[in-house]
Amino acid sequence: MNTQFIKKNYYGDIPDEKGGGITNVKISGQDWPLWEVFIRSKQGLDHKHVGSLHASDAKMAIENARDVYTRRMEGVSIWVVESINIHASAPEEVGELFEPAEDKIYRHPTFYNLPEEVNKM
Amino acid sequence: MTLQGLEKNFGEKIDNEVKIEPKDWMPDAYRKTNIRQISQHAHSEIVGMLPEGNWISRAPTLKRKAILLAKVQDEAGHGLYLYSACETLGITREETINDLHSGKAKYSSIFNYPTLTWADIGAIGWLVDGAAIINQVMLTRTSYGPYARAMVRICKEESFHQRQGFEILLVLSKGSKEQKEMCQDAINRWWWPSLMMFGPKDAESTNSDQSMKWKIKRKSNDELRQNFVDMIAEQIKTLGMKLPDDNLKWNEERNHYDFGEINWEEFWNVVKGNGPCNKQRLDARRKAWEEGEWVREAAAAYAEKRK
Repeated sequence: MNTQFIKKNYYGDIPDEKGGGITNVKISGQDWPLWEVFIRSKQGLDHKHVGSLHASDAKMAIENARDVYTRRMEGVSIWVVESINIHASAPEEVGELFEPAEDKIYRHPTFYNLPEEVNKM
Repeated sequence: MTLQGLEKNFGEKIDNEVKIEPKDWMPDAYRKTNIRQISQHAHSEIVGMLPEGNWISRAPTLKRKAILLAKVQDEAGHGLYLYSACETLGITREETINDLHSGKAKYSSIFNYPTLTWADIGAIGWLVDGAAIINQVMLTRTSYGPYARAMVRICKEESFHQRQGFEILLVLSKGSKEQKEMCQDAINRWWWPSLMMFGPKDAESTNSDQSMKWKIKRKSNDELRQNFVDMIAEQIKTLGMKLPDDNLKWNEERNHYDFGEINWEEFWNVVKGNGPCNKQRLDARRKAWEEGEWVREAAAAYAEKRK
């Protein structure tokens, strides 16, 4: 092979996409709904987002979350929420939403210089 | 914001090690490259279950069977973390899986080699997962947030895989004459394919590597391969076995091990689909998908009925 034309693979020994393949794959167009998974790692801590998965209903989502995200005692409680029900702020709104907080450093305790004897306050 | 503004903003994030998140603006090629790489990585985890799954029913003891089951289950989990990360870029799960089954999307060529003996399960854990870890530790710092997070979780679990593999070989290396031979034979067969996992030599790439500039990938193929050789060349001493490379020796000047030339003809041959098990692997995946169709439909119908 003429090495001049070898294209570097992005991930090690994985071939380029050009080669071959069949095309008679059936497309149903219907994945099970996507769910976001939140795990409480131990009593007293918040549930934290860990990832997502597909499941046909909430019960299956919890069972699958158990298998996918808690195989090593990572959790004592699971929340699942269908992803379409999550509403998020847009990256374009970052300035509008969060910049007003930047110049209000007086909201932090370190803003106040106190004498040594009371500085543990 | 103008396109130039968006591109500048994106470039600054990359330069300043700020992760790119799903809803952020990103160049189309960055999105496509990530979809391609993450989905191929996911497929590799899933197809990677097949050579090891081959030994679950024949593991030598109940303990080994339980361990192997847990490991193969981990691989399924890793595939799922990665498929989820991939979906955040706007491709559906079904499209991703169809691309694997149609042959459009590929997976790591290492999984097209057969697992002939029990020692192969040890060699896979130690060498194949060891090579994967080198790659994946680098990818915990990749620039796309969901991919990096999936990698952190995966790396935590991979350590168990490599250690259990080494331990399988360690036990064999202290066993009967036949067991020792089986151990050496597995190392002989898996060593070179493991080195091939890092891909072609850097010098053979004419493309400037965009993935490096975008910090999707952060070390070159040759750097990663050298890290791997240095690690394994030391570890094998504990096994009292030999790597099948007469040119392997410590280079004082470079502070690295020198090693022999990979058989690139074999590499390209397997990559092009002529490996020992290419067809068998894809057939197994397609069969599992087709035979699960009624389950997917029934569960969806049941959920619909209860709404």
